[in-house]
Amino acid sequence: MDSKSEINNRYIDLYRNNIGRIESQSAPFVNSLREEAIERFSSLGVPDRKNESYRYTNLDLFFRHQYKSYFLPGPDDFERAEKFSCEVEDLDVHNLVLLNGFYPTNNGKLRKLESGITIGSLNEAAEKMGDIVSGHYGRYASSDTDGLIHLNTAMASDGVFIHVPRNQVPDKPIQIVNLVYSAEDIFVQHRNLIVVEDNAEATLIICDHTLSPMKFLTNAVTEVYVGRNARFNIVRVQNEHNNAAKLTHTFIHQERDSYASSINITLHGGLVRNSTYHYLGGEGASTNSAGLYLSDKSQHVDNFVNVDHAFPNCTSNQLFKGVLDDIATGAFNGRILVRQGAQGTRAYQSNNNILLTDDARMDTKPQLEIFADDVKCSHGATVGQLDDDALFYLTSRGIGKREARLMLMFGFAHEVIQEIPVEALQERMDTLVMQRLRGELSRCASCMVKCG
Amino acid sequence: MLVIDNLKASINGKQILKGITLHVKEGEIHAIMGPNGSGKSTLASVLAGREFVDIDEGRIDYFGKDLFEMAPEDRSREGIFLGFQYPIEIPGVSMVNFMKTAVNEQRKYKGLEPLSASDFLKLMREKKELVEIDSALTNRSVNEGFSGGEKKKNEIFQMAMLEPRLSILDETDSGLDIDALRIVANGVNKLKRQDTSVIVITHYQRLLDFIVPDVVHVLYDGRIVKTAGKELALELEEKGYDWIKREAEKNEVAWTVNPK
Repeated sequence: MDSKSEINNRYIDLYRNNIGRIESQSAPFVNSLREEAIERFSSLGVPDRKNESYRYTNLDLFFRHQYKSYFLPGPDDFERAEKFSCEVEDLDVHNLVLLNGFYPTNNGKLRKLESGITIGSLNEAAEKMGDIVSGHYGRYASSDTDGLIHLNTAMASDGVFIHVPRNQVPDKPIQIVNLVYSAEDIFVQHRNLIVVEDNAEATLIICDHTLSPMKFLTNAVTEVYVGRNARFNIVRVQNEHNNAAKLTHTFIHQERDSYASSINITLHGGLVRNSTYHYLGGEGASTNSAGLYLSDKSQHVDNFVNVDHAFPNCTSNQLFKGVLDDIATGAFNGRILVRQGAQGTRAYQSNNNILLTDDARMDTKPQLEIFADDVKCSHGATVGQLDDDALFYLTSRGIGKREARLMLMFGFAHEVIQEIPVEALQERMDTLVMQRLRGELSRCASCMVKCG
Repeated sequence: MLVIDNLKASINGKQILKGITLHVKEGEIHAIMGPNGSGKSTLASVLAGREFVDIDEGRIDYFGKDLFEMAPEDRSREGIFLGFQYPIEIPGVSMVNFMKTAVNEQRKYKGLEPLSASDFLKLMREKKELVEIDSALTNRSVNEGFSGGEKKKNEIFQMAMLEPRLSILDETDSGLDIDALRIVANGVNKLKRQDTSVIVITHYQRLLDFIVPDVVHVLYDGRIVKTAGKELALELEEKGYDWIKREAEKNEVAWTVNPK
């Protein structure tokens, strides 16, 4: 048996040995998808580098490691989750905390906000709001190539659920803080489901933190439904330590005339892979997908974007930027699929990178597949150093070289940050990015891990 | 203030400046004119400290200090300002942040405390009024999406903020309509003090109707071939550069026949 299938079998065994425990605490509908999902995982496995969309990212090292799996939150977790407070100033949000992928709270597992908006535990929602969950759960997250999505469907039992009924708009953004804390190396899989119905609106902020210096592997799936003429923003801020691997798969399904935006800000992390799937499933829909990654040492950040133009007159925009230092590596793969009949499509993509050393490396790959003829598409990628002319312009005004370099890098990064639709978070990100570029730690005060 | 002595400089192995000697005293306005390719912008680049120009020979003293020993940022802190022919767009860096950093770095160099946020904004307001720059421009990223005229006005605004002793304006007039030209020239005139000097590099005489020079130099093929008062600019406007070229070439022949 080769080592590849040995790794895959280990995860299949993990499923077989624990399925009783997992199913006993999950809703029947969620359980009904598990068996097929583990079959799909068995045939696809953990993606290797022969998989086109994982060509530049080696998951082996992280999946080969022996982790403890985590199937139930303990009493300590409740306390820890409730004590956690986000330190971003003036960030007024409805706050949810996930600890190791579970929603531990003593204050009820589902919260009703004004106008029938629900936020809380996915597991609880699957029990109490079964019709809504079963109408969406597992419908958007699918892949013929990525086994990890199926592994998540097979084993995840909790995560965040958000439901915004027709015509409703929450009074403030909703924030999920994803904490990973354990005294042992653990493997975490959670699942979020967000349903924003017709004409409704929501902004979601997801912050990923690690609270202890163990090795962590997270494989998270988020499904989002954006109804007709609805608006949805998701901002993800990743700030994890160098021993953590974070794999996120976000599926955003959009109906007619809807708008969605996704922004991934990766400040820190050992290995980060964000897959964002945008499905433009109705005429007049538009979507923005953006990302910023700042990596140094031996970090690796990979952004995969898939935009599926399935209907006419939709617009999509991709803007991904990165600054790579030391021996950091990164990858960007942006796929635009314009299906037959999707006339009037406008699809744009840009990926710009600054390498600060000769040893940093960035692989960037546009992938355009166009089957309609009335289409406007553009893509551009750059990998380079700081612009000498711009640097001279700044120094010619008396600004020292070091400061001038920082200003240019900050300006480069700010173009992505200014896309964040929440002002307080935008300011906070500006500060963190500046600290990060100055080489000061940008971890939040609540993080106990010295990433150094 | 500024002494340029027998300056020879090359770009990529090709000598562009072939022995320039020029003295600028406090309070003077010098115009450097000349046809395209004569070396005007290279001279500006040397003064500001661009690295792509190699100095072959000669020296430049600025207030008695060797200019070649000074980094570009120190030249600026010592009061040298270059108005760029093609100002650079810097997306993501706001004008406010740019100017605040520049002003405070200059203050730090002089041993002064940084300006408070309110004092800085006040200073910016005053200078914007002085040089008649649209206040919306300073809310944007540096030169990003600015029109040609806006970029040049922005150079003069930066000059107003930094209050240099020696300003080198590299073709600040090119591409400007008459209204923008007037605003740019008014700005320069308002900023002129008895102890400050200006070198105006231009292809056209038009700007010199508004900024009246004390001395006009004609640069041709890397050398200053003629120096006279402001009337020289008018003569050039009338007769073009051809007579200068012919005169210069005649001298060249004379030198070859009878080297000094």
